[in-house]
Amino acid sequence: MSAPAPLLEADDLHVWIEGSHILQGVSFTMPGRGVTAVLGRNGVGKTTTVKALLGLVPRTGRITLDGSDVTGLPTHTIVARGIGYVPEERGIFAALTVAENLRIAERRPGDPRYELVHELFPELRKRASQPAGTLSGGQQQMLAIGRALLNDNRLLIVDEPTKGLAPRIVREVADAVATAAESVPVLLVEQNLSLVRRVADQAVVIDAGKVIHTGPAGELLDDADRVRSLLGVARAATDEPTDGRMDTT
Amino acid sequence: MSTIVLLIITGLGLGALYFLIASGLSLIFGLMDVLNFAHGAFLAIGAYGTWWAAGHLPGAGPAGAGFLLAVVFGVAAGTLAAVLVELCVIRPLYGRHREQILATVGLSLAVPALIQAIWGADPLTFPRPELVSGTLPFLGVNVPKDRYLLILAAIAVFVALWLFNSRTRYGLIVRAGVQDRAMVTALGIDVRKSFTLVFAIGGAAAALAGSLGGLYFGVVTPTQGMSLLIFAFIVVVIGGTTSLTGCAIASMTVGLIQQFANYYTVAGLGDIAVVAVLAVVLLTRQGGLTAKKSAERVA
Repeated sequence: MSAPAPLLEADDLHVWIEGSHILQGVSFTMPGRGVTAVLGRNGVGKTTTVKALLGLVPRTGRITLDGSDVTGLPTHTIVARGIGYVPEERGIFAALTVAENLRIAERRPGDPRYELVHELFPELRKRASQPAGTLSGGQQQMLAIGRALLNDNRLLIVDEPTKGLAPRIVREVADAVATAAESVPVLLVEQNLSLVRRVADQAVVIDAGKVIHTGPAGELLDDADRVRSLLGVARAATDEPTDGRMDTT
Repeated sequence: MSTIVLLIITGLGLGALYFLIASGLSLIFGLMDVLNFAHGAFLAIGAYGTWWAAGHLPGAGPAGAGFLLAVVFGVAAGTLAAVLVELCVIRPLYGRHREQILATVGLSLAVPALIQAIWGADPLTFPRPELVSGTLPFLGVNVPKDRYLLILAAIAVFVALWLFNSRTRYGLIVRAGVQDRAMVTALGIDVRKSFTLVFAIGGAAAALAGSLGGLYFGVVTPTQGMSLLIFAFIVVVIGGTTSLTGCAIASMTVGLIQQFANYYTVAGLGDIAVVAVLAVVLLTRQGGLTAKKSAERVA
């Protein structure tokens, strides 16, 4: 029996930004289920890879979503094909209320899943009329994730969701990512290896703009020497998601 | 006392005319980051469209419902021009500010030249329907009826823009796009449609200003749009480049200052007084009167 076709396929992605060759031929595939973690040290091109997939930065190469070549499509068309996106900087519209931040994400035609979002993050319902700019960092992250979960997407791309959050909020965000992963494939850029160990099935490791490793996430994280050599991490992650991000050497 | 009342109402009428022009400029700059020097061309097209329709369009005329139809035609012509400018000239130049300025300045010169080539440089008498001819007393002062019309039109446009911004999905996209255009796109929304719509709305408001400006001045000239655009830019700078409320306040302030300064000093000094106010605002509040409220941009 042949393996199922990948949901997402990046082939030889190159990105130049202000003369710098940031991505130097990134290629990987993502299966149609579970969580695929994109790992790597700071500044190796993880966020640029995500932006390249969505067409948010000029790139060359080929991107296939569910068998269709989407390389030449504008960002809004790629996203409208069923992608929920949580950017690293959260992308919250500060002057809009929480309710408006969610409402603008409603995709038409479609049936927005407010029940799911409010069940995961009850705080968002309580603060519906509050300007999003006045939310705490953790609440803004909840809003960003809630916004991505509002539509019935075929792929969720989440970029560093626990960055800069307090440990208690990290656990809440980790729960949300885990819950989301039950129903939709997730491409997760993350440096918190505890979270990766908890939710990720596959791992893609990027270094200096190239993919240097792909394979099951559990196998990678269980091999301390490999983690140290690929990610520059001095100690192995625990099972409990905390604020412990990569302790890079 | 009667003089002051008259100056206030006529000043508000002039301010209303400025608001009709400046609101579109503010909206276009706020969302799209486009400094549109061709905005005066939409005004001229609206004015000449109305003038032409009143004399030639079947069903239209210089009075009554016929004049209303002529205004609708003029506004439609200005709106269409705005849409075409956005699609053909501005869209390929997003993010390229120098080229945008060159292109829109070129249009601001080309459109009046085209109008002049067709209808000549001399002022053309604008039709004046009976309904807006003469005066109407207010607090014992006879005020020209067209001033009331301008004020009512400005209020209607302000309310319509406010409703558009606060109650419609496109308004929501506009407000979000002002803050983070890339993120709006990353939500699966085609921001370009909103851009075209905003340009169309701005063009419609300018064209309406052209039609009503024809009533205010009694004539239309090919360069009317350019001269009014200067004051519209001043209004936008004073009011804050992305605030509709600031734009309304600044429009009325400029209109009132001009009227009072022209009456109580020397005719023409009103323009200098407005420039002086602009200088004071630029020196003390670079973001305009509503600088502190930047979070509620275009609201």
